[in-house]
Amino acid sequence: MAIVSPGFTGRRQPPEVRLPPGQYLAEDFPVLTAGPTPRVPTDRWELVISTETGQRHTWTWQQLIELPAEKITTDIHCVTKWSKLGTRWKGVSLDVLLEDVETAADYALVQSYGGYTTNLPLEDLLDGQAWIAYRYDGEALTPEHGGPARLLVPHLYFWKSAKWVHGIQLLLEDEPGFWESAGYHDYGDPWREQRYQGD
Amino acid sequence: MARTAVPGRLTWRVATLTETTALTATARRLVLDVPDWPGHLPGQHVDLRLTAEDGYSVQRSYSLSSAPDSVELAVQRVDDGEVSPYLCDVLPVGARIELRGPVGGWFVWRPTDQAPVTLVAGGSGIAPLMAMIRTRALEASRVPFRLIYSVRTPDDVYFADELCHRAREDAGLDVKIVYTRRTPEGAPEPPGRLGVATLHTHGWPAEFTPMSFVCGPTGFVETVADALVALGHDPRRVRTERFG
Repeated sequence: MAIVSPGFTGRRQPPEVRLPPGQYLAEDFPVLTAGPTPRVPTDRWELVISTETGQRHTWTWQQLIELPAEKITTDIHCVTKWSKLGTRWKGVSLDVLLEDVETAADYALVQSYGGYTTNLPLEDLLDGQAWIAYRYDGEALTPEHGGPARLLVPHLYFWKSAKWVHGIQLLLEDEPGFWESAGYHDYGDPWREQRYQGD
Repeated sequence: MARTAVPGRLTWRVATLTETTALTATARRLVLDVPDWPGHLPGQHVDLRLTAEDGYSVQRSYSLSSAPDSVELAVQRVDDGEVSPYLCDVLPVGARIELRGPVGGWFVWRPTDQAPVTLVAGGSGIAPLMAMIRTRALEASRVPFRLIYSVRTPDDVYFADELCHRAREDAGLDVKIVYTRRTPEGAPEPPGRLGVATLHTHGWPAEFTPMSFVCGPTGFVETVADALVALGHDPRRVRTERFG
């Protein structure tokens, strides 16, 4: 049974605001990073998708932005408890990038410039659930928020939306990423409050 | 039958507030009694859960500022915040509160790591770095530590007496406080922002391959982390924790 905090009233959101359990509404866009912000010039930027057989598919910056892009408006949820509603992005759907990639993999390990990694099931990258995003709120994505391009997979806690995305390795077996190796949940569904291992 | 905790699973515990003191005019130190606290690594945080009479509840994360033998938080009051004014001004000594942790395995200092350590704090970002300084003392570690602590004015220094004392008594700990708006009377330097020169003079040089921990507001952390990289530090040895 919950412990009532004496004198605590809190600040309730209007009923039309639906947040996952334990989250609060943020008006700004907090930055969370484990180290210095890498700065990757777009003329040296590259996205590499590699399969379990070692096949590599690569895109330069120019090739990426020439692909059909989508505008996405979505809520995002950070494991550190803030949620931001109605954020606006532009990017290329992973469905487009993975269209010609032949694989039997069930898992993906996403790698960033700077060394960050995060893992997720491949099916969570498909069917209009994930993008390589390069614009935020009508502007080029800034380095602090993961620019030039980040993964956007908003149905999972935001640490899965790897900043400074560089590669996606498709794997037959699940391999934990950076936070997933440090006690955070392997999957990270905010609506089931999967913050930490065992949640 | 008593419920046993699943290993590796973070269960909610019931903590009792045993002591609270002012750190500054806008921040308080909360000491919690947590039965069977497993200990923590300095730099880790806990999640607190507050519940109102009608069942409405909220959670927030706070860095631990204590060594692993106790549970202490340093809470900066954010005037329009939902939780920090309650923790600073309302929660009475003796009240119970739900807590889980410790959490986090990256922004931590392990006493077995022998590399010199540079700590850079902005404002309330001192909290997890204080845990490292206290753990170093508790473990009688000889790892050389340098703290650079940026505050607006002398009134904004958390743990001022303790830091002053430790700078004298803890062998191998250097403390440099940088004032950005107003210095103490008679200070040799005018107030100013923490820059590359101060990091160069008062932090460890990159050739010593130190571990650097930087904690504070986002803009501060961005600036300091960029400056450390510019000074030749390996970005993988610059660990950051940001808020706000």
